[in-house]
Amino acid sequence: MTDYSSVIPAKAGIQVDEASAMALDSCFRGGDDLIFEELAPPATRVRGYWQSVLYRLQHDSVTLVFAAIVLLIVLAALFAPLIAPFDPYKESIVGRLKPFGWRGHLLGTDELGRDVLSRLLYGGRVSLSMGVVPVLCATLIGGMLGVIAGFLGGRVNTAIMRTMDVFYAFPSVLLAVAIAGAMGGGIGNGMLALTMVFTPPMCRVAETATTQVRALDFIEAARASGASTAAIIRYHVLGNVLGPVFIYASSLVSVSILLASGLSFLGLGVRPPTPDWGLMLSTLRQSIYVVPLVCAIPGLAIFITSICCNLVSDGLRAAMDVRM
Amino acid sequence: MRPFLHDGLTLYPRDRGGPLQPLLIARDLRKYFPVKGSGGKSVKAVDGVSFTVRKGETLGVVGESGCGKSTLARLLLHLVVPDAGELVFDGDLVDTHDLPVDALRRQVQIVFQDSYSSLNPRMPVRDSVAFGPFVQGKKKRQARDIACEMLSKVGLDPDLYGPRYPHELSGGQKQRVNIARALATEPRMVILDEPVSALDKSIEAQVLNLLRGLKRQFNLTYLFISHDLNVVRYLSDRVLVMYLGRAVEIGPIDAVFEHPLHPYTRALLASRPSMDPTRRIGEAPITGDPPNPIDPPSGCYFRTRCPFAETPCDKTDPALGIWEDPQSHVVACHMYDRASGHSRQANV
Amino acid sequence: MGRYVLRRILYAIPIAFGVSVVCFSLVYLAPGDPLQTVLPPDATAETIAIVKHAYGFDKPLPMQFLIWLGRVLTGDFGVSIATRRPVFLEVTDALSNTALLAMFAAPIAFLTGYVMGVVAGCFPGRWLDRVVTGAAVMGVSLPNYWLGIVLVIVFAVELMLLPATGMGPSGSTGFHIYEWSSAKFLVLPVATLAMIPIGILSRTTRAAVAEVRNQDFVQTLHAKGLSEWAVIRHVLKNSLPTVMAVMGLQFGYLIGGSILVETVFTWPGSGFLLSKAIINRDVPVLQGTILTLSLVFVTTNLVVDLLQSLIDPRIRRG
Repeated sequence: MTDYSSVIPAKAGIQVDEASAMALDSCFRGGDDLIFEELAPPATRVRGYWQSVLYRLQHDSVTLVFAAIVLLIVLAALFAPLIAPFDPYKESIVGRLKPFGWRGHLLGTDELGRDVLSRLLYGGRVSLSMGVVPVLCATLIGGMLGVIAGFLGGRVNTAIMRTMDVFYAFPSVLLAVAIAGAMGGGIGNGMLALTMVFTPPMCRVAETATTQVRALDFIEAARASGASTAAIIRYHVLGNVLGPVFIYASSLVSVSILLASGLSFLGLGVRPPTPDWGLMLSTLRQSIYVVPLVCAIPGLAIFITSICCNLVSDGLRAAMDVRM
Repeated sequence: MRPFLHDGLTLYPRDRGGPLQPLLIARDLRKYFPVKGSGGKSVKAVDGVSFTVRKGETLGVVGESGCGKSTLARLLLHLVVPDAGELVFDGDLVDTHDLPVDALRRQVQIVFQDSYSSLNPRMPVRDSVAFGPFVQGKKKRQARDIACEMLSKVGLDPDLYGPRYPHELSGGQKQRVNIARALATEPRMVILDEPVSALDKSIEAQVLNLLRGLKRQFNLTYLFISHDLNVVRYLSDRVLVMYLGRAVEIGPIDAVFEHPLHPYTRALLASRPSMDPTRRIGEAPITGDPPNPIDPPSGCYFRTRCPFAETPCDKTDPALGIWEDPQSHVVACHMYDRASGHSRQANV
Repeated sequence: MGRYVLRRILYAIPIAFGVSVVCFSLVYLAPGDPLQTVLPPDATAETIAIVKHAYGFDKPLPMQFLIWLGRVLTGDFGVSIATRRPVFLEVTDALSNTALLAMFAAPIAFLTGYVMGVVAGCFPGRWLDRVVTGAAVMGVSLPNYWLGIVLVIVFAVELMLLPATGMGPSGSTGFHIYEWSSAKFLVLPVATLAMIPIGILSRTTRAAVAEVRNQDFVQTLHAKGLSEWAVIRHVLKNSLPTVMAVMGLQFGYLIGGSILVETVFTWPGSGFLLSKAIINRDVPVLQGTILTLSLVFVTTNLVVDLLQSLIDPRIRRG
């Protein structure tokens, strides 16, 4: 046994690895024992993927600000019964279409004399839930279909993706309006329509990600270890697919809020007198010659919520989309 | 896992066939990949390859890129299902009641060439190594312990490197993780598909020595695939030379490297650059590109580049010759076949 | 190349078929009987049976679909329940109005969005880029129906410069683009419609241009000594295919997704026709409009794909 590390004094701090040893000895055919001198590893803390995402987010002040705004909006809608100054359904014959600040109505009154601010707060519940719920459902359904299609490939893939392509052939607004309109409107049908609009793109994103992951060697290595398809999907595929799916879903939330309010604007969402931002915009529209500013307020709420969600999702994408 | 010393006499509990039974017999393996839109033609990736691997030996497989080496590796594990041919592992026919594929996969493992894509980027390497034992029935804690043990056996400190992610390791370290992962399930045979091709030369030496040591320690049998002839010589006992999906020469490593029989093997060996200035060659020992695998030449595949090609080479496909003796050196070439009608066969 | 064209066209046919199936079945999603709108509530069973037979509702569904499909292919979309005019005429009239909007909105949106995106992509990180990106994000997050209302408030209510709704002064005989009295009705709807495509297009163009500029061959061009202007031309040429694809998609959206803007401005286009049909439960118009709009979208995508394959040689071999 040749112990090369004894040749060079340890005091010099030089570590000899096998390669250098091989260069020293031309007849060297590999030692009987293995000598491995690992160079001192770098003194960095090991961070997992999700921890590094959190770390990046913590230091992204712009995204944090907008996330805080979104949180505020959500909380305001949640605690509407506690915050709202007036009853959103209480009509008044005298106080119709009054401007800002009239008798305590901070944002004026609508065409039936109801307080706009209170209706805005209560309306947030409907608008926000119609923004989030369809995206969640579409992520679950579309994601599942996409992973199955991507992993199994072949005919299953073709069947699923071609069906999705048919729905892709409709512009999203048209499809949402068509489905919601055909079913007669209402909040449930609206959510269903939006879910059906978002499932094909979500399925496509999941399928692309799964197909890419499936082609990588570690999936084959997992198969070679004897893992079943379910185990491979659960431990190897899902973790890698979740990233792109989550990013895409977060970008869909703002679109969903816009579309949902659009449906309500056309009368296909909630039924009056339930407050909803899109519906308020539609009914107040007749009165723009009287109190133009009041009429613009519900749309402003939609706009602010949508843009904040958009910016938060951009920040999430920047934090998550790192080449590792 | 208890390391055994191979002395040819001890009987191991997992050794069903006994020390004389070849560990792996491949008979006439074929795999054709259909090409879309060419009207039914296919790429003949592996076109009738037969060989045996004895227990405890290292069989090297060499050939140019595209000769089917990687497909062969995947065929042996049934990661790709062969179109024809059979595999016999330690006396049991694979993919039958005697030896279903997942039982085969408990005894044979593979190390891939690309060390990066072989590891899940979202999993710490310790979990990647532990995955094999975990799916084969061990509990999570136990699997983790096995993983840590294997990591230390390949020279990586499990506490330091276990929780790391693949992108935090160097190429050589990643490949060591892959080796640990292959050994974690206690296989009897490991297929190494160009494991050092993507590594720097100094790291390559480390990994090769590691492989040698581990083979002794765990009584393994290796099938070592590479396009680098020196590396193959360093590690193998016998070598199989492939060309365009076929085996053209098999024999003991020194015999093949010092007295190559097949013209292709001769050309391969002659193309190695030498540091001896007197051995410089003026013209390339072999010219041209390998023929299209979709439409290979009739008869002997090598005849389009062979300086000794004659009429019998067009017509018939040379057979590899029957061999049973581990020391035998056989070749698929008409020049060595008395019955072929080739003008040079008289010299054999 | 010819094979690619053929394959792409052949691929569009089952999609169109699927679209027609979806359009047909939309009606049956509705709660209640499709006949409700036609018959008075106290109709006798006999009357119901006769009407059912006349409309063909008593046949099995696949048969009804095939009959409907056959009629549609010959141009017979049925008759509108509300106006008694043939649906085909209603749809084509409305579609021409929508096309008018799209024809103005598309060039404006594409040009503005493209220029903004190129400027932002060529100077990444600078204030110009930030301004453009900010505007793009706003454009994408904007509810276009709200923007329409705001523009109406500003220009029609407060400033009284432009009309609030409609396509022409009441009682006008036709639409004369070259006269301000008619053309002023175009301004606000077009501006509103163009907003979202500008946002999307500037985002996409910026990303495409920035990505191409990062590629190695751009450095090679600089090293060869090309002037900045010439390099930019190369960059633009390479980023064009992606941008064109998005443009095509946006054009499809302008035609198919204009319903909200048209409702705000009471512009008698296909989107407005659709919303009226939904309120009136005018089934033939509903089916006809949705079918036409989605087929227009499919055709637009097909044309865009073929054009893209002309420009980008990498696609042709696919």
